[in-house]
Amino acid sequence: MTNRDWTVLELRRAVANGDISARNICEGYLNRITKVNDQLNAFTSVLQDIALARAEEVDNQRNAWLDRPLLGVPITVKDVICMQSAPTTASSRILTNFRAPYNATVVNKLLDAGAVILGKTNCDEFAMGSSTEHSAFGPTHNPWDQEYVPGGSSGGAAVAVAARLAPASIASDTGGSIRQPAAFCGVVGLKPTYGRVSRYGLLAFASSLDQIGPITLTVKDAATVFQVIAGNDPLDSTSLSEPLPDIEMLFPGNAKGARIGIPRRILDEGVDVDVMKAFNQTLSVFTELGATILEIDLPHINYAVPVYYLVAPAEASSNLARYDGVRYGVRAAPVRGEPNVSTMYDQTRDQGFGNEVKRRIMLGTYALSAGYYDAFYLQAQRVRSLIRNDYDIAFDQVDAIAMPTTQTPAFRIGERVDNPLSMYLGDIFTVSANLTGLPAISLPCGFTNHQLPIGFQLIGKPFDEATLFRLSDAYEKETEWLTIRPPSAPD
Amino acid sequence: MSSKLTRTDIERIAALAHLELTEEEIKLFTRQLAQILDYAQQLQQVNTEDVSVQWHHGITAKPLRSDVLRPSLTRDDAIANAPESTPDGLFKVPKVIGE
Repeated sequence: MTNRDWTVLELRRAVANGDISARNICEGYLNRITKVNDQLNAFTSVLQDIALARAEEVDNQRNAWLDRPLLGVPITVKDVICMQSAPTTASSRILTNFRAPYNATVVNKLLDAGAVILGKTNCDEFAMGSSTEHSAFGPTHNPWDQEYVPGGSSGGAAVAVAARLAPASIASDTGGSIRQPAAFCGVVGLKPTYGRVSRYGLLAFASSLDQIGPITLTVKDAATVFQVIAGNDPLDSTSLSEPLPDIEMLFPGNAKGARIGIPRRILDEGVDVDVMKAFNQTLSVFTELGATILEIDLPHINYAVPVYYLVAPAEASSNLARYDGVRYGVRAAPVRGEPNVSTMYDQTRDQGFGNEVKRRIMLGTYALSAGYYDAFYLQAQRVRSLIRNDYDIAFDQVDAIAMPTTQTPAFRIGERVDNPLSMYLGDIFTVSANLTGLPAISLPCGFTNHQLPIGFQLIGKPFDEATLFRLSDAYEKETEWLTIRPPSAPD
Repeated sequence: MSSKLTRTDIERIAALAHLELTEEEIKLFTRQLAQILDYAQQLQQVNTEDVSVQWHHGITAKPLRSDVLRPSLTRDDAIANAPESTPDGLFKVPKVIGE
C-alpha cells in the first residue's frame, strides 16, 4: 500500500481510475488504526467488518458510481452522529449500549457519495469540552506529543486526520469543537454557516449553535466534503437551500484584492508568543498574495465567552433532559430510597453523565430558572445580538476576518481539567462564530518551539464559505505545513 | 461582585435538573458554579436596553412541508434500545404514582 498522506481527491481519483481498489485503501487505513489507536485513543469504535464490506461494495459498483465525489474514500464520523448498525455513544456512559435505529442525514450523504466509514471517533462527552479529556472512554492523545491534549470536543476526529488514520473526518462544532482540535493537531477544520448542513441524527447539544463540518488535510478536501454534506434536508427545519459554491471555479485559490480584517484590540493580551508570531507571518503571506489587511473593531467580542457559557448550557440542559433511562440508554439500578420513576431518573442521570455534562446541565438550569432568566439567559441573548451586529458592521469593510484559532497551542493533559473556567476561557476566538452563525475555517499556519501546531482562523460572511476556501487555498499553496507528519503517524 | 450561590441553590437546581448529586458533587459544583457565574456577571455591565434578541441568526421561516404520511420507525425499532420493555411493545418504568 502506498497511500502515505493521500488526500481525499487523490484517493477518489485513484479508485475511479482503477489504480487501487477501495478495499486495498480501506485495509491500509485499518492497519494504521490498529497500529496506533491503543496509544492515541482516537476511536470509540473501529468498524472493521462494516468498512471492508462497504469497500467491496464500492469496488463492485465502481463503473456505475464513477461520478461519485467520495468514491472509495475512507472517512470517520464523530460519535455524536447516529449511524445505523454501529454504536453511537456520545462518549458517555449513559449511551454505552445505544444503537441508532437510523442514519444521520450526513451519514446517508457520505454513503451516497461513495465513502467508506471507518469508525466512530472519540470526543468530549456530548461534545462538551475543549480537550477530549471528558470522555467516558478515556482521553485522546495529541499525535505531535502524546502528553498533550488534541483539543476538543472533536479530538478523535482531528487526531484521525493528523495521524493519517483517515483522509477526512466528520465532526460537530458548537463553540469551536471542529476548529480548535484542528488547530491543536495541525489540520484543516471547517465550521459551515448555521443552516448549511442538516443536523438530523446529530445528538443535539445546543441547537442554536451546533453545526456539522469536515476535518481534512487540505482546503480543497474540506470544500469537497462540505459540498457533499451541505444542503437542505426536509428532516431538519433549520437546514437551508442556499446555493452552494462551484468548487471547480474556486480552486486554485486566490487572495488578490481580498480585504482581510484583524480585530487587533483582542490580540493585545493573552495570546501566546509563538501563536502571535505565526499569526503575523501568515498575514505577511496574505499581503504578498495581494490581500489588504485592515484593522477592524468588534467591540463586544470580549463578552463572547460569558454569553456562550450561559446560552450553550441553557440549551444543553433542555436537550439532555431526554436522557432519563426510559426510552434508550443505561438505566441505573435502584440504590437509594424507594424505587419509583423519579428516583430512577435522578440516579440514572447522576450515574450516566460525567462531571462536565452535569456542570453544564446545572449551569443551564440555573440560567433558565425563575428569577435568573432575565438577568442571565435573556441578557446573554441580547449581548449575542450585539456581537452579531459588530460582525455585520465589520463585514461592510472586509471580505473575511482573521484571528488565531486559539490563544495558546495544545496544553498538557490534566492541566485545565480541574478548573472549568480556565478551560472555558480558552474558547475566546472560536465561540463567536457559533453565536453569530458565521462560517469559519482553521488552517495550519506553523509550529511552536516545542513542535506543536498553530491554527489560523478565517471567519466569513453568512453563506460565504467560498471566500474562506479561496483565501485558504491560496495560503496553503504557499506553505508546506501539511507535508510535516506528526511523530505518532504510522507509516 | 461575588455570587451568592449557596448549597441550597445547588440542591434546588439539581432537583429541577433531575440529578441526584453526591455529597462531593454538591460541594464541587457549589464552588465551581459560583466561580463561573461570578465571571458571567460582567454581562450586566452591557447596556442592552434597546437591543432585541435575534433568535435564529436571521433565518426566516421556511414553508411548511406538506402533511403526508411517510414511513417512520417500526414499533420494534423504536423500543429496541429501551432498558426495560414489555413483550407487547411498551416502555416499562418503575412505579409512577405513590401509595
